[in-house]
Amino acid sequence: MAEISAPSQQPAHPAKLQHHFESYSQQRESATLGMWMFLVTEIMFFGGLFVVYTLFRFNFPAAARLGSEHLDVTLGALNTAVLIGSSLTMALAVRAAQTARRKPLVGWLLATMALGLVFLGVKVVEYAEKISHHLVPGAHFQVPPGEPAVVEAFFAIYFSMTGLHALHMIVGVGVMTWLLFPAWKGVFNEDYHNPVECAGLYWHFVDIVWIFLFPLLYLLGFHLH
Amino acid sequence: MSSLTSSSPSPASSGHSSVHVSPVGTYLAIFGALLVLTATTVWVAYFDFGVLNDVVAMAIAVAKATLVILFFMHVRYSTKLTKLTVVGGFVWLFIFFLLLFADYFTRGVFGPAGK
Repeated sequence: MAEISAPSQQPAHPAKLQHHFESYSQQRESATLGMWMFLVTEIMFFGGLFVVYTLFRFNFPAAARLGSEHLDVTLGALNTAVLIGSSLTMALAVRAAQTARRKPLVGWLLATMALGLVFLGVKVVEYAEKISHHLVPGAHFQVPPGEPAVVEAFFAIYFSMTGLHALHMIVGVGVMTWLLFPAWKGVFNEDYHNPVECAGLYWHFVDIVWIFLFPLLYLLGFHLH
Repeated sequence: MSSLTSSSPSPASSGHSSVHVSPVGTYLAIFGALLVLTATTVWVAYFDFGVLNDVVAMAIAVAKATLVILFFMHVRYSTKLTKLTVVGGFVWLFIFFLLLFADYFTRGVFGPAGK
């Protein structure tokens, strides 16, 4: 009777190691490689938008500068610092997963989510200001006095790039919400932490996009002040 | 009996391998460097370097991105295959930019084809 309830001798395969992998390190490497393959497509995806930005500036340098001056450099710089801070807390979350420390992992994930939400909150403030000044491209757009009509295209680019970036942040916060449950249960350790690592790679990638967006959108023509 | 029913530790042997865990100090140093570079990019924006404005801004942004990729994203400690994938991604981005800008930036420079 006892033999029936007893667990089978040695598990053929460790619990969190999927059957098509030989070792945890192979599993981790595959996850990291797959995530980077995805991020490479993201690099090309955002790359297209950076091309649009560059061609607009090449063709309409004055309008690009005038459009840029409607953006709040202080809020942009603040958000850059917030996002860099969130990358730090994310790196510490991955470290907590690697070292199997359950509560620090949950704490750092929550901190990263909180900083992500601060960033999005600042973005809401900025967008609200643009809406109230009729700077959103479309039927309600009003060309600011003394500026060329093509400045509307700058705002189309601004909203496309920052909007897509903000969408990525929202997805990132969603992914971390989903990670909170296994994190709380304590399933991550030195061998198995790929989900946290991959979420981290994604979050840092989103940070890198902003690192380029901030000077390109906010700081153009700042020296003219 | 109790030793059999207790949770199996499944140590070393199959699967287990050490993962590189960066010290907290490394992460704090990178965080500090990123903040300093952010302040620098705002500071240099007060000055007019002409056509070099964008070069300076992008150089700082590339430096920041490199720090994030190498340390926060652990590429410095990852396998050659992962490193190749990362570098390959940026090489393709470079080709994309190069061919596209070679077209757009030179339109009208050489006149109509065949003339």
